[in-house]
Amino acid sequence: MSLLAADPTRSAVYRQAAERIRRADRHTAAAELDQLATEVRRSIIRMIDRAQLGHVGGDLSVTDILVTCFYGVLSVDPERPRWSGRDRFVLSKGHCAAALYSTLAHCGFFPEAELDTFMAPLSALNGHPNRIKVPGIETNTGALGHGLPVATGCALAAQLDGADWRTFVVLGDGELQEGSNWEAAMAAAHHGLSSLTAVIDRNRLQQGARTEDTNALGALDDKWRSFGWEVREVDGHDHLALLEAMSGSSTGRPVAVIAHTIKGKGVSFMEDRVEWHHKVPSPDQVEAALAELAR
Amino acid sequence: MTVTDQQTAFDCRQDFAAELLALAAEDERIVAVCNDSVGSSNLVGFRERFPDRLINVGIAEQDLVGVGAGLANAGKIPFVCAAAPFLTGRALEQIKADVAYSEAHVVLCGQSPGMAYGELGPTHHSIEDLSWMRAVAGLDVIVPADSVQTRAAVRWAAASGRPSYVRIPRFKVPVVTPEGAPFEPRRAVLLADGDDATVIAIGSLTSRALQAAALLREEGVHLRVLNMPFLDPLDEEAIVAAARETRGIVTAEEATVSGGLGAAVAATVVTRHPVPMRILGVPRVFAPTGDTAFLLDHFGLSADGIVSAVKDLLRHG
Repeated sequence: MSLLAADPTRSAVYRQAAERIRRADRHTAAAELDQLATEVRRSIIRMIDRAQLGHVGGDLSVTDILVTCFYGVLSVDPERPRWSGRDRFVLSKGHCAAALYSTLAHCGFFPEAELDTFMAPLSALNGHPNRIKVPGIETNTGALGHGLPVATGCALAAQLDGADWRTFVVLGDGELQEGSNWEAAMAAAHHGLSSLTAVIDRNRLQQGARTEDTNALGALDDKWRSFGWEVREVDGHDHLALLEAMSGSSTGRPVAVIAHTIKGKGVSFMEDRVEWHHKVPSPDQVEAALAELAR
Repeated sequence: MTVTDQQTAFDCRQDFAAELLALAAEDERIVAVCNDSVGSSNLVGFRERFPDRLINVGIAEQDLVGVGAGLANAGKIPFVCAAAPFLTGRALEQIKADVAYSEAHVVLCGQSPGMAYGELGPTHHSIEDLSWMRAVAGLDVIVPADSVQTRAAVRWAAASGRPSYVRIPRFKVPVVTPEGAPFEPRRAVLLADGDDATVIAIGSLTSRALQAAALLREEGVHLRVLNMPFLDPLDEEAIVAAARETRGIVTAEEATVSGGLGAAVAATVVTRHPVPMRILGVPRVFAPTGDTAFLLDHFGLSADGIVSAVKDLLRHG
């Protein structure tokens, strides 16, 4: 079982914040999500600085999606991480574990102090998410192209039980080059899994180069649509747009949210630069990044 | 009995299907997941009885295993059924990451393993599955030898709460399991006792090992025959006892010699009580065309082949 336990104080704060955001007017909700995302980004920079390892570019592009999901969309309880009625969340792009760990700790799934151990020997916080060690993680990821099939299985189980919980999976755009995604995309549409939402972190960069220069994804919206999904395209750093896009299906089909993002978002010298896929910032760069994220 | 004697032999897929159906009637968490293999996985009856609980993902094994993991994550007990070569080969990484490493209670059911699809050629031969599955941490590897063990495997895997790979025989085999035999990890089944040499066999080779023991008994050679329903975790104590109490060990499996039963037994023997061994299986070659019985005989995986290996071991050490 999990080696980490919930932080009750923090999770109480999370529950209140999530409730407040869901009830607030659009302007207030957006302001609060913006603030939370900045805190998570600062946490990511500090984690990667301590570990001297990590995938900072993708972490920063996916942060707004994660924060919006956990604070504005998901029905989860950090103190009961395996509650059977929870919404399921799968981070398929598992190399962005730092962003997920920061978000989970921020929600109180485990103590924030644990983030200091990221990738240290014997830490629960592996370089890629592990469901046995870390509460709030549904399946072990890291190898690309695994999240959507697993999420499809979760959504099938909910459909079988007539349950109302939903399943969310966040995919990298680069990982869509793995064929397993398209096997699952076909099956999810065939089975009419309207409780399944895939959010694609479309930052247009992968480890070595731009996606379109590597193995072009082309008309991504058409691809999902032709596989039978309802497609929504949003600015992946616009919390209100994300909130709206991650609401339920209106067509009885699974939903693909193509979230246009910027790799390295929030740190000017990292933004949209391929080398920041997993480059570690120098001490000066850490200071500069944290300063930018304080504004 | 000869290898072609079908009078008392069973296609274990039927026992698998019957037991799975019975189990599904008792426990609504049981679901079957397949890859366009409703017929070849013998799930027609399951589909008729529980149409909603039979999920066919089409010809897509990576999705098949991932879907199984997701179903388990949400409280189901999925029996993921596909032809063994494609289940284990095409979805090897999903088996490692989504099932074993994630500790998802998925029962991976490898149908028609070994040389079951003899004439269809090496793409369809599942001889690497035991090596691959044995290499994955945290995955129980179960190799039933007959209909009794096939039914026990279904029950055990469903109740274990653990990820497992069950190799469902297609080649017809007689019942070899004695009444009251154990069926659990680290427990070998003693099928014949003797102190000259030991044959350790799994799956379809088990009945052939017993035939070999009968042939050798006529010549005054007393063979110990051990069956290992669990290739992993393995009954190392039974292996060490056999090494101590007999003059050597012959292993027999319908699989490649690279990494399966023979390799597992050899690793135990060489580290704990070295004795001479012979490892019978498919050598590192792709098989010629032929039906299952032909190919098993071709590779020396017959009662006569086992007899020869035992004699060679006793003669030359």
